[in-house]
Amino acid sequence: MSTVVMEQRKKIHPHKFTLWVGIGSILMMFAGLTSAYIVKRNQANWLTFELPQLFWYSTAVIMLSSATIYMAGKAFREREMTKYRNLMVATLLLGVLFIVLQVLGFKQLWAIGVTLQSNVSYSFLYVIVGLHAIHVVGGVIALAVTLVKGFSKRTRSYDSVPVDLVSTYWHFVDILWIYLLIFLLMIR
Amino acid sequence: MSSVATLHGADVHGAHDTHHEHHHHETFITKYVFSQDHKMIAKQFLVTGMIWAIIGGLFSVIFRLQLGYPDSTFPWLEDFLGHWAKGGKLQPEFYYALVTMHGTILVFFVLTAGLSGTFANFLIPLQVGARDMASPFLNMLSYWFFFIASVIMFSSLFVQTGPASGGWTIYPPLSALGDASSGSKIGMDLWLVSMAMFIVSALLGGLNYITTILNMRTKGMSMTRLPLTVWALFFTAVLGVLSFPVLLSGAILLLFDRNLGTSFYLSDIVIAGKILPNEGGSAILFQHLFWFLGHPEVYIILLPAMGMSSEILSVNSRKPIFGYMAMVGSLFAIAILAFLVWAHHMFVTGLNPFLGSFFVLLTLLIAVPSAIKVFNWLTTLWRGNIRFTPGMLFAIGFVSLFISGGLTGIFLGNSALDLHLHDTYFVVAHFHIVMGVASFFGMFAGVYHWFPKMFGRYLNNTMAYIHFWVTIIGAYLIFWPMHYEGLAGMPRRYYEFSNWESFKMFGGLNEFISLVAMIVFAVQLLFVFNFFYSMFKGRKVTTTNPWGSNTLEWTTPINPGHGNWVGEIPEVHRGAYDYAKDGHEFIPQNVPVGADETSH
Repeated sequence: MSTVVMEQRKKIHPHKFTLWVGIGSILMMFAGLTSAYIVKRNQANWLTFELPQLFWYSTAVIMLSSATIYMAGKAFREREMTKYRNLMVATLLLGVLFIVLQVLGFKQLWAIGVTLQSNVSYSFLYVIVGLHAIHVVGGVIALAVTLVKGFSKRTRSYDSVPVDLVSTYWHFVDILWIYLLIFLLMIR
Repeated sequence: MSSVATLHGADVHGAHDTHHEHHHHETFITKYVFSQDHKMIAKQFLVTGMIWAIIGGLFSVIFRLQLGYPDSTFPWLEDFLGHWAKGGKLQPEFYYALVTMHGTILVFFVLTAGLSGTFANFLIPLQVGARDMASPFLNMLSYWFFFIASVIMFSSLFVQTGPASGGWTIYPPLSALGDASSGSKIGMDLWLVSMAMFIVSALLGGLNYITTILNMRTKGMSMTRLPLTVWALFFTAVLGVLSFPVLLSGAILLLFDRNLGTSFYLSDIVIAGKILPNEGGSAILFQHLFWFLGHPEVYIILLPAMGMSSEILSVNSRKPIFGYMAMVGSLFAIAILAFLVWAHHMFVTGLNPFLGSFFVLLTLLIAVPSAIKVFNWLTTLWRGNIRFTPGMLFAIGFVSLFISGGLTGIFLGNSALDLHLHDTYFVVAHFHIVMGVASFFGMFAGVYHWFPKMFGRYLNNTMAYIHFWVTIIGAYLIFWPMHYEGLAGMPRRYYEFSNWESFKMFGGLNEFISLVAMIVFAVQLLFVFNFFYSMFKGRKVTTTNPWGSNTLEWTTPINPGHGNWVGEIPEVHRGAYDYAKDGHEFIPQNVPVGADETSH
């Protein structure tokens, strides 16, 4: 990404700021969905559901991955590149595991009759959790790109911005998932 | 004052060579196609927007033919539209498709992407003093997502069952059921996919605009020194970033209902004698999600026009803008209120009347910041040393249209009156004047004013004056009579009125409106000709600051390269509106405060 060199005052890095605004934007989409969910729930024909056990495991997995990416960022700043790469690989694998667990959780739901079409409450569950999973997939891709850079580049590159960006986004999808989980547990 | 622009001579060039490295690697592809230069991206948005404006405008001319001459046939239409105009008569299905696409194209592709895509890209880095956007790469993606959206929407015009035709608001169940009408088939899916791409484009653009304004201002450019254009574009971007995702969520749910059998918006209603298998969906839910974007969208369209008009009015009145902080404050107030009034589009949906009165109050509150803005524009003009440049005329025209269209908004904002006026031509007249034509005037003002900066040449003035006078007189002749039709109850979106005793008397008026619409459309083609002719053959700009303007874009070379300034970015020492102060005609923002000045 070729950025025209900036001569501006040293503030928060523009790319980081852009990410924060983008996070606000993504939050608005989920705010729209969850408020539609609340509105719909107060109308007729709403069936409650139990979340599958697997969603608890996936929650543990994504929280663990937040810890590993935090340690990866710390290792990067301390120039411990081997440690950094290992932790990034761990985060990536945990991210993939999270998505697999979500998919398996949906398979369990489907098997007991909680299908996409059967009731609007289930439809909401699929759409909200599914859209979150797509955002995690985006994070996994970003992780992979950063990781490839980490392997190919010599330690000459001390720019921590890309690592910080991925890390912030990753924490965001983690926190977003915890919010959605609590939301789906409290209001169903 | 003219020496100001050349303050940074070539001697400092060498020290900053690193900023210009990319100049050496430019090819045709990187310069004109996959460009990351905000100025080129702005031109890409502008030209794409113009193409869409011609298509969308042409559609309105064709459906006005039907409304103006319901009993005539036009054999040439059949050559042009095939089975959609069998025997030279526009088919009802295609009439709805044309109305829908006219709305979609003009609201989103022209007045959102074409307007803020163009001027946010062009003006933000130049006016805040930045070499480019915060992320030129995302900025390039923003255009190309818009391009993909355009291609998909354009191709939907040619599918066998026709493009989407449920109105630009795509209310379910009409839009959710493929069998509801021919326009609800594949055309509707293409509409949704295209809009999803469009939303991605708008978001990528918006992220960049906000970050660039907050993060990349040059030294001395405090927020209170920003030109009002930048303030307006900032609030526009904030509105877009917060409201478009909600439309996206609504559109995703609609796609699920259409293609995966869910029941978000569909319930067990009877369609064509059969009960739908769906249960418990709510069509009103879609309207809430849609208008939560839909109303801020009105201001996404209007605010850039307000900002540019403020700037142009001040420059060409040779006077400081009246009440700078009040202008910023009213923009802020409008941006906040934009999110709190969406249900005024839904007064007739069975909305709780108590809730309705809450929305009436908030809607009427918008009159306060709007009135502040109008007052300040008029007081800026008051006793000004006015230069009637084409840009200035269009800016004044904007103020005129904003007043006329805004006043009818007060009628419609009252739920009691709205019950009568809802879905009549009164609404059509209101929103076309206040948001459609007014924003177009802001856009034209911007193009005439900044064309010299974009292309280093002037637009032809004679053609510009013809364009202005025909357009403003024509716009009033088209939309003013519609108020009377609306008050008489004439509903919008109807294919033909000659069958109704009560609306028959409007036949002559409808013919008149159609006739004027064609003339106004023809004059827009004159503008398009002027645009492309002047791009290559127009009078060349010989000075860096032709309008005697204070803002930073006029401190760049006549044809700025990628990076905008040769040498250092100028430092800012004053606000953007120091006109007619202390005996100076104007003092650009980069001039240090002199000892002879009383204040700045």
